[in-house]
Amino acid sequence: MIRRLFLLMAMLAFVPAGLAAIDTYEFDTEEQRARFYQLSGELRCPKCQNQNIADSNSPIANDLRREIFRMLDEGQSNDQIVEFMVMRYGDFVRYKPALTAQTAVLWFAPAVFLLAGFIGLVVMLRRRQRALRSTGDQHLNADEQQRLKSLLEKKSPHD
Amino acid sequence: MKRSLMLLPLAVFLLLLVFLFKGLYLDNEDLPSVLIGKPFPAFQLSSVQEGEPDISMEDLKGQPSLVNVWATWCVACRVEHPVLNKLAEQGVVIHGVNYKDDTESARKWLQDLHNPYQLNISDPEGRLGLDLGVYGAPETFLVDAEGVIRYKFIGVIDERVWQSELAPRYQALVDEAQP
Repeated sequence: MIRRLFLLMAMLAFVPAGLAAIDTYEFDTEEQRARFYQLSGELRCPKCQNQNIADSNSPIANDLRREIFRMLDEGQSNDQIVEFMVMRYGDFVRYKPALTAQTAVLWFAPAVFLLAGFIGLVVMLRRRQRALRSTGDQHLNADEQQRLKSLLEKKSPHD
Repeated sequence: MKRSLMLLPLAVFLLLLVFLFKGLYLDNEDLPSVLIGKPFPAFQLSSVQEGEPDISMEDLKGQPSLVNVWATWCVACRVEHPVLNKLAEQGVVIHGVNYKDDTESARKWLQDLHNPYQLNISDPEGRLGLDLGVYGAPETFLVDAEGVIRYKFIGVIDERVWQSELAPRYQALVDEAQP
């Protein structure tokens, strides 16, 4: 009994603070609970800007969590719930913005930058290789060979 | 490599810097409302005032009005209240949505501080507020004679805000309503 209690307390200690705020709901199924967490993690709190509504304790986040719970209970789909929020609070509430002309930059800029960087790198490397090849034909002459050898030998006793 | 091409990453970087720097000073408190141009959401709620009939969306039609979302727990609303009183005296039509509030305290507030509202919609659960995309009080909607939301202002209406943001728009709606 005591061991179980300890186990429970140990488990509670690891519940993320953000999730603690939304543990009051009774879900019919595990699937519903999972969807609740997913949705409240994906939707942004309109008042607190840089928090999702799972993490926020503001009254509006609380209301929106209740609304998500109600809609899940009614059997609405994730898309319907997100749509409901967007109808009221605008695209702003989605942490993952829909792909529109306005948000295209958000979606594609990172890939474009990555690609540009990669192309730049390849071009640079190839140029350097070509430059090396043009100068690389000049091998060391006998004198230099000798010096290199003596340098290498001098170093070896210390290893 | 061409010199101009070498400067390209720097140019892109500077451009990005300007873009992000501007972002620092954006007023992101002012979320544009998605409801502008859409009809005021349908509702049927009781009045804050005792013994008055229920209020519905239909009651907002007929003349342009300001719909002001307020609550007694909202400190900024107290600052705003005298301005609303003054506007109501000047003949501006203002309706109130008493948002997530205790009706008794709301009545007392209106008694003590004067009542600028023609319709006093009671929204104790915040359902109407949710449909309006309200995320804090005070927020004020400018509704035309057809009951369509034309503008939304978030924050305290003061003399300056009224003159610059709301008065011209309200006047335009009044002119529109009586050709």
